[in-house]
Amino acid sequence: MINPFLFWAVALLTIPPSLALLFARKAVHIAMAVVVAMVGLATAYVGLDAPFLGVIQIVVYTGAVMILFVFVLMLVGVDQREDLKETIKGQRWIAFVFAGGLGIFLISIIARVTLPLSTPVTGDPDVIAGVLFSKYVLVMEVLGFLLITAAIGALVMTHMPALRPRHTQKEISASRVKVGADPVNRPMPGYYARHNALDIPALDPNGNPIPDSVSRVLESRNQTQDGIGFRAQLEESAADQPAPDAATRDRSKGKGE
Amino acid sequence: MDPINFVYLAAILFAIGSAAVLTRRNAIVAFMGVELMLNAANLSLVTFSRIHGEVDGQVMAFFVMVVAAAEVVVGLAIIIAVFRTRQSISLDEPAELRG
Repeated sequence: MINPFLFWAVALLTIPPSLALLFARKAVHIAMAVVVAMVGLATAYVGLDAPFLGVIQIVVYTGAVMILFVFVLMLVGVDQREDLKETIKGQRWIAFVFAGGLGIFLISIIARVTLPLSTPVTGDPDVIAGVLFSKYVLVMEVLGFLLITAAIGALVMTHMPALRPRHTQKEISASRVKVGADPVNRPMPGYYARHNALDIPALDPNGNPIPDSVSRVLESRNQTQDGIGFRAQLEESAADQPAPDAATRDRSKGKGE
Repeated sequence: MDPINFVYLAAILFAIGSAAVLTRRNAIVAFMGVELMLNAANLSLVTFSRIHGEVDGQVMAFFVMVVAAAEVVVGLAIIIAVFRTRQSISLDEPAELRG
């Protein structure tokens, strides 16, 4: 016998989320609702003495299949609008009538049968494995083939042939020089300067600033500085301690020349 | 409570899944409806296995899960291939074969 509380918990965990398949708008919401329904079904399996299948349900469905769905949604673009224009007139209502009729039909058939309840067998992994690898071993092998074929099929289906040959790094740099770009890297900001902050332009060997070395982003944000404040600070500290300042000035002069 | 109630639940889930397949135009959502139908069938298999006291139903449900996984892989690959060529995953769009 089944605990009624378990049954109603499972019903509450599966039917309202799966109704999202009919009425929710966004595909990601639907995917998450279906994940909840799958967890509810796993609960039902554990309650129905099939703990192995319950765990497999969580691992395969919520862990792999639904994540694959969400992944494909990400690839396809989450905001793919669903057009509500009906190609066949009144298709929505016809479909609801058919599906409701199917449900009523199945329920009326189930209501007619009475099945005697025999002693339950718990579907532990060792019990399942005993049946799986003796009675159904051929099916198991065929399913292995099926999985490999499916994997290769997915690879073939999503493979894109290359339309043009791949460019080597040398060709890329040659085309860049042809356009007129600087063939070498730009100097780092702060290079040869008295300060290695990112907003100070580098100095060329003659001591002139290279404006290109400062990032364009900083310039457009007006975050560069000409170093006046820094120089004043330096000279202030030089007034305090004359000897080390002379040493640094000598060193920088030597670097500049 | 009789376990047969779970078969009723499976019937309701199956009907919901079939309604989703019939009404939805987004290919991925329709595909999720197919998954829900497969799961409803699985639930009924496990319930019957509990009623009859044999493990075979659970083994069948296991097989259904494996086949469903393979089906999902190939189906989503088809959806991606269609999306690459048409920039759309609407099920109404590919109507070129209409006579």
